[in-house]
Amino acid sequence: MSSEPGSHEDMSEDNLPSERAHDAHHGAVAVAGDAFADPGLPAHLPRRQDLDEQAAKHSERVVAGLFVLSMLATIGFIASYVTLKPGKIVYIFPVGHVSALNFALGLTLGLALFCIGAGAVHWARTLMSDVETPAERHPIEASPEVRAQVIADFKQGAAESQFGRRKLIRNTMFGAMAMVPLSGLVLLRDLGPLPGKSLRTTAWRKGMTLINPNTNLPLRPEDITTGSLTFAQPPGLSEDDDDFQDVIAKAALMIVRIEPDEIKDKRELDWGHQGIVAFSKICTHVGCPISLYEQQTHHVLCPCHQSTFDLADGGRVIFGPAGHALPQLRISVNGSGYLEALGDFAEPVGPSFWERG
Amino acid sequence: MKKLSARRRHPLAALVVLLFALAATGGLYAAFAPADKAQADTSSQSLAIQEGQKLYSVGCATCHGTSGKGTKTGPSLVGVGSAAVDFQVGTGRMPAQQQGPQIPEKKAIYNQAQVDQLAAYIASLGPGPVKPTSQQYSPDGADIANGGQLFRTNCSQCHNASGKGGALTEGKYAPSLENAPPKYIYEAMLTGPQNMPSFPDSTMPQKDKKDIIAYLGATDSDKAANPGGLELGGIGPVSEGLFGWVFGLGALIALAIWVATHTTKARKS
Amino acid sequence: MSTTEHATDDVTARRGKAPAGEKIADWADGRLGIYGLAKANMRKIFPDHWSFMLGEICLYSFVIIILTGVYLTLFFHPSMQEVTYSGPYVPLQGIRMSEAFNSTMNISFEVRGGLLIRQIHHWAALVFLAGMFVHMMRVFFTGAFRKPREVNWLFGFLLFVLGMFTGFTGYSLPDDLLSGTGVRFMEGAILSVPIVGTYLSFFLFGGQFPGNDFVSRFYSIHILLLPGIMAGLLVAHLILVFYHKHTQFAGPGKNEKNVVGMPLLPVYMAKAGGFFFLVFGVIAIIAAIASINPIWEFGPYRPDQVSTGAQPDWYMGFSEGLIRAMPGWEINFWGHTLQLGVFIPLGLLFPAVLTVIAIWPFLESWVSGDKREHHILDRPRNAPVRTGFGVGWITWYMVCLIGGGNDILATHFHLSINDVTWFVRIAFFVAPVLAFIVTKRVCLGLQRRDRDKVLHGRETGVIKRLPHGEFIEIHEPLDQGKVFTLTAHEQPAPAEIGPEVDENGVERKVDPLTKLRAKLAEGMYGEGSHIPKPTPEEHAEITSGHGHH
Repeated sequence: MSSEPGSHEDMSEDNLPSERAHDAHHGAVAVAGDAFADPGLPAHLPRRQDLDEQAAKHSERVVAGLFVLSMLATIGFIASYVTLKPGKIVYIFPVGHVSALNFALGLTLGLALFCIGAGAVHWARTLMSDVETPAERHPIEASPEVRAQVIADFKQGAAESQFGRRKLIRNTMFGAMAMVPLSGLVLLRDLGPLPGKSLRTTAWRKGMTLINPNTNLPLRPEDITTGSLTFAQPPGLSEDDDDFQDVIAKAALMIVRIEPDEIKDKRELDWGHQGIVAFSKICTHVGCPISLYEQQTHHVLCPCHQSTFDLADGGRVIFGPAGHALPQLRISVNGSGYLEALGDFAEPVGPSFWERG
Repeated sequence: MKKLSARRRHPLAALVVLLFALAATGGLYAAFAPADKAQADTSSQSLAIQEGQKLYSVGCATCHGTSGKGTKTGPSLVGVGSAAVDFQVGTGRMPAQQQGPQIPEKKAIYNQAQVDQLAAYIASLGPGPVKPTSQQYSPDGADIANGGQLFRTNCSQCHNASGKGGALTEGKYAPSLENAPPKYIYEAMLTGPQNMPSFPDSTMPQKDKKDIIAYLGATDSDKAANPGGLELGGIGPVSEGLFGWVFGLGALIALAIWVATHTTKARKS
Repeated sequence: MSTTEHATDDVTARRGKAPAGEKIADWADGRLGIYGLAKANMRKIFPDHWSFMLGEICLYSFVIIILTGVYLTLFFHPSMQEVTYSGPYVPLQGIRMSEAFNSTMNISFEVRGGLLIRQIHHWAALVFLAGMFVHMMRVFFTGAFRKPREVNWLFGFLLFVLGMFTGFTGYSLPDDLLSGTGVRFMEGAILSVPIVGTYLSFFLFGGQFPGNDFVSRFYSIHILLLPGIMAGLLVAHLILVFYHKHTQFAGPGKNEKNVVGMPLLPVYMAKAGGFFFLVFGVIAIIAAIASINPIWEFGPYRPDQVSTGAQPDWYMGFSEGLIRAMPGWEINFWGHTLQLGVFIPLGLLFPAVLTVIAIWPFLESWVSGDKREHHILDRPRNAPVRTGFGVGWITWYMVCLIGGGNDILATHFHLSINDVTWFVRIAFFVAPVLAFIVTKRVCLGLQRRDRDKVLHGRETGVIKRLPHGEFIEIHEPLDQGKVFTLTAHEQPAPAEIGPEVDENGVERKVDPLTKLRAKLAEGMYGEGSHIPKPTPEEHAEITSGHGHH
């Protein structure tokens, strides 16, 4: 066979797979002398069920039993549906405290389906004929005559249409076809507004107090102890607002207090108040809310992709896929002793985008 | 000293300390417990400080220094307060077995009475968060749903939305909160143990802490319901995916093998 | 004339007496031509092998997903209108959430059986994707993608990719904290696209993230657009399977011109039909005992909240790994920002990992120059380079998956997350190469073993002592069927470029592509990539000389 392998290109273009296919038809008896020849399909051996009616009867009973079990399970399903309340929690070892309804419905439905399948397969495996038979394959490629006919037909059709001859028709048709999808594209324009400058700004403005979302009260410097972690949002923001999600997605703040002599970045110290610094809570990588703050190292980790920022060093990236530092918000204390913003962030918060610059 | 610190990591070291501790406890209890009731508060307080100091010099001074001002291997304990001691020693984190990215929780070495004495001693070094009373941390009557909202804002970023814990940088981690006792949850929020930031009453009032504790009690304990069935560790799609591959696809492939194999042939007799 | 009338009468009479079932079939045949179809297909032969049923797992889980999905649409409200929860789940009572989340809570806690159907839907989705992955690997490692099945390989590949995105849009619908984080990730990824990213993001989300539109938009993509395309591809995939007839492993009586197995009616009707119920049953039982995506634990999405352990479903995990392992490269120029830290993994590597496996069939046939049909499957060991490449690819994929779960790995095995990430960064380049080398070696070793088996027979484990004291193990010759099976594979020689100079000694110009192709062919089929299989002559020589050890 392939004991004389050669480049495939040397072989005939005929899509007959290999020479072996020629000489090894089904049932071919081994050619004397060729120990590797195809001996042909082995003779069919009967199963116990084919010979012993007793065994066959047993299989029949098993299959029927499975089908009956399926029926019972369906009745069980309906009974569970009717009798069990959705809120009922039961303890089932080893699954735990689970909804009785979900458990009962799932098991009965599963059993009802499984038994049908198991019955059918057992039936097929033990009672239906298991004689293996060969079926011939037919070449997929068309015969040369058919191929020639099709090509001729196509050429005739093309000629009759005068498509090739009347170039004006052809070209204008292509033009029309090429242009008409533009309408569909244009229709997509109203999917959303243009970005404009909206990604560059947040809700923070000069003089806004920093509101603690836990208490909904403005924060004072003395509230924030060293080693604590506090969050803040702009005043007047309520979960009931239509645009609450859009606003908080950019304005969320994270506030920590670091001993001033531990802060390595001078600008960071200047933009804070006595070591209280406010950073954007939104990761500069793809926008997950970070805030896995380690109070001893002052590192803050993003739970999504592990970008790590050093809050004691201007929010610099020290690990992970984020491309630039966390933006810091300039804060100070107002006349009434509350922390206030000194303006919006100096740069866009959140993930980078093409126009960010 | 060097010898001692080398043997500190011996497998039997914990046992030795434990035996000492047990003996000390038994002795102390026999000596003081029955008779002390009549004593004035102040004197019992100063006694506790004394006893605490004794325990401190045996179990803690190696790392934290003889006067609690800290050494290279352990931070200063001045001003950490009794709440921090109750948490660190009560959960077995302290005394630490070894240095590492993070000191893990383990079986507590001291009993509550000793923890209280240690706490009294440390509290005497400087003012700090005070160990809460059961009224402060008891979740009775708290707002579970509000606790959930607070948990998702303040805690779930490290401890996971279902409180199963998660990774921090360089081998540190936020531990699982499953079945955590309310007192320790409260103390952890109050004091910020190790790298956990604190959530002082000034930014997270007592009531909020109670709400969070109530939420965890309702959703993250052995008794909490998982209506859908096995929780699979509560860590989301990773364990779900693994379960789907192993038990879902695994079972189906096993069935496919059953479907496709030929039935046993009758033996030729 | 009378004869025709007679004949017609005859037919009518025969049909008149036919049983009801046949009558209905006759009626249908007169209009639909079903007998013609049935003649070709009713007794169609299917070969038996468990790995041929992997595709069925996918087909059936797809059907299960459609059935349960339709049920879920009856109760789910794809709206981001904010409402206050007032259902029975106490820890969320009074919490603001979108209508999407609220209705999912309703399905889970108030609709009887709703939770079960939700869990079946989601588990079936995981199994569907896992099944497609394994099915694809089966097709790959056995070379079933070769002519004439390359197009069907592409259909299957597209189904896998579309399945991933259908899954992603699906689990994002409840608008819970976990999936919302995933959507935020997607938004960040879109923003990283150069030039048009910001616009694409605004058009997809109807403005700034998260806006009020993405749930309803994902909904129509998830239930209509993607499943519609998938259903079409699936039908085409199945038609081609029928048309090409199934492949089979080599064995006695099996060759490239036939297919040996059992008929569709009744055996495969029962086996395949029964298997549907088995798949459905197993998934229903899993949904009864194991919770999936318990959104009430995550809570509703808010862009300022997050949970650690934020992973996508497993099939998106490799993209998560790519992005976690990527260093934070960002370039600023002329007032623009190119965020390579996101764009390289998601815009370039994500498609690259997938495409490299998708184009393999075309690459292989180009290198081998093989234009023939193949219906006999390769044993993976007999195509060591392909198998090595496949294992390398899987290794690559697994490394990415490890990267995607680096935090879970770190906490559960007490490792540093930074170390895990560094491991992934290095393994991304090294592990596939190592896997390739090791796999190829193993394949060659197995080929050597096959050769020994053919030439020297099976090791019986029986030790015999020869008269002069030597111990030998008795080898039993294989029966002819086995020998045939083990020698049925081909060992094609690599295509040659031909001599570098022509007969006149003038240097022949060989274009670099041909050179590359020759190099690849040498690597794939050359001396180092196969153990010459035994020839009948060798066999005859050894058998005749048997005993002279």
